[in-house]
Amino acid sequence: MTGVKAEWPLYEVFVRGKRGLNHVHVGSLHAPDDQMALRHARDVYTRRNEGVSIWVVRSSAITASSPDEKDPLFAPSGDKVYRHPTFYDIPADVPHM
Amino acid sequence: MTAVADEAVLQSSFDSTIAHNDRIEPRDWMPEDYRKTLVRQIAQHAHSEIIGMQPEGNWISRAPSLRRKAILLAKVQDEAGHGLYLYSACETLGVSREELTQKLMSGAQKYSSIFNYPTLSYADVGTIGWLVDGAAICNQVPLCRTSYGPYGRAMIRICKEESFHQRQGYELLMTMMRGTDEQRAMVQESVDRFWWPALMMFGPPDGDSPNTERSMAWGIKRHTNDELRQRMVDMTVPQAEALGVTLPDPDLRWNEERGSYDFGEVDWEEFWAVVKGNGPCNEQRLAHRRQAYDDGAWVREAALAFAASAGRVASASEDSAGRVASASERIETKEETR
Ligand SMILES: [Fe+2]
Ligand SMILES: [Fe+2]
Repeated sequence: MTGVKAEWPLYEVFVRGKRGLNHVHVGSLHAPDDQMALRHARDVYTRRNEGVSIWVVRSSAITASSPDEKDPLFAPSGDKVYRHPTFYDIPADVPHM
Repeated sequence: MTAVADEAVLQSSFDSTIAHNDRIEPRDWMPEDYRKTLVRQIAQHAHSEIIGMQPEGNWISRAPSLRRKAILLAKVQDEAGHGLYLYSACETLGVSREELTQKLMSGAQKYSSIFNYPTLSYADVGTIGWLVDGAAICNQVPLCRTSYGPYGRAMIRICKEESFHQRQGYELLMTMMRGTDEQRAMVQESVDRFWWPALMMFGPPDGDSPNTERSMAWGIKRHTNDELRQRMVDMTVPQAEALGVTLPDPDLRWNEERGSYDFGEVDWEEFWAVVKGNGPCNEQRLAHRRQAYDDGAWVREAALAFAASAGRVASASEDSAGRVASASERIETKEETR
């Protein structure tokens, strides 16, 4: 059996389903370089016309917040109810509001 | 706060996520046993997709028409894709692809026993699509709601593709059943061989499946093995009738009271023998996988060497969030000019 060799780096794959939509994360894959990552992404994630455009990015290049819902990072938006339209009382008979 | 208290807080936050039917995501804290159970289950699932290419791949070169060959190629390619989705989900739990590959090849991690049975006739391609992919669908649809996010998302993707697998198999068998007596006999013989192994795909009876309860409490599993097996039988009997084949079980009959079919006992001795490595094709499947891995070594190395020489791989130090933006801009430009 072949000994452990350097692994192809990990890429995250983002696909735009159709024009007018954002690219959405669909999964990851290993590839030796950016161009091959694109080709692999096409074969692995778009065999049935799932996309019109693909982004691939090395996983190591992504900076992420902590996923914890109680993360203080998101606290500033928690108490600002006045940013939502429902905060304002407008009489029901005022049209087009 | 002490480490113990810390862990209690983390555990209770995990428990409440599970209780609310929310998903656990890769960077969340999770109990080590939850992680291990998931790694084992997802790896086994991924390996099954990969090894599962072999029995059907066996018939690609001998498919009876270009149409059937194209369908079979697409189906086998899908299974490779399923394996890759699942490996990718498994890697989010902190195991490497290389480790998973090595554990498959050494036999340290298992794959579904069904793929240790041979495909002796072309009808088996149809039977596998109908019964084996059918059983896989039964298993996988509830897993779309599994508690681990990446696993559930991979399952959703897979389930969308499985329907084609089952339908092409059933259509193949229907076509053969409309053919000669000899062809009909081929279909029946194939169904006779695959029916019981397909029922074994759901795993041992609930009484012998000690981890089921814990996995269900964690939301990793959604139904017990026996529940899924019953569902499979109930779904398949009318399909067999429509096809005109007999399922090889003299005890199979409708039970009005239960609103389900009663069926005979699975040969669990055979099941455990195959799990332990003594099925008809265990050695052949693993030998083939190792051979493919070794044969591909130079390709993997050459691709890396080419990437390095052409400067097509950014070194780790060059990686930064800025690269995300510039990569996306490049892609946008290409899109415009297309
Ligand atoms: Fe599959
Ligand atoms: Fe399949």
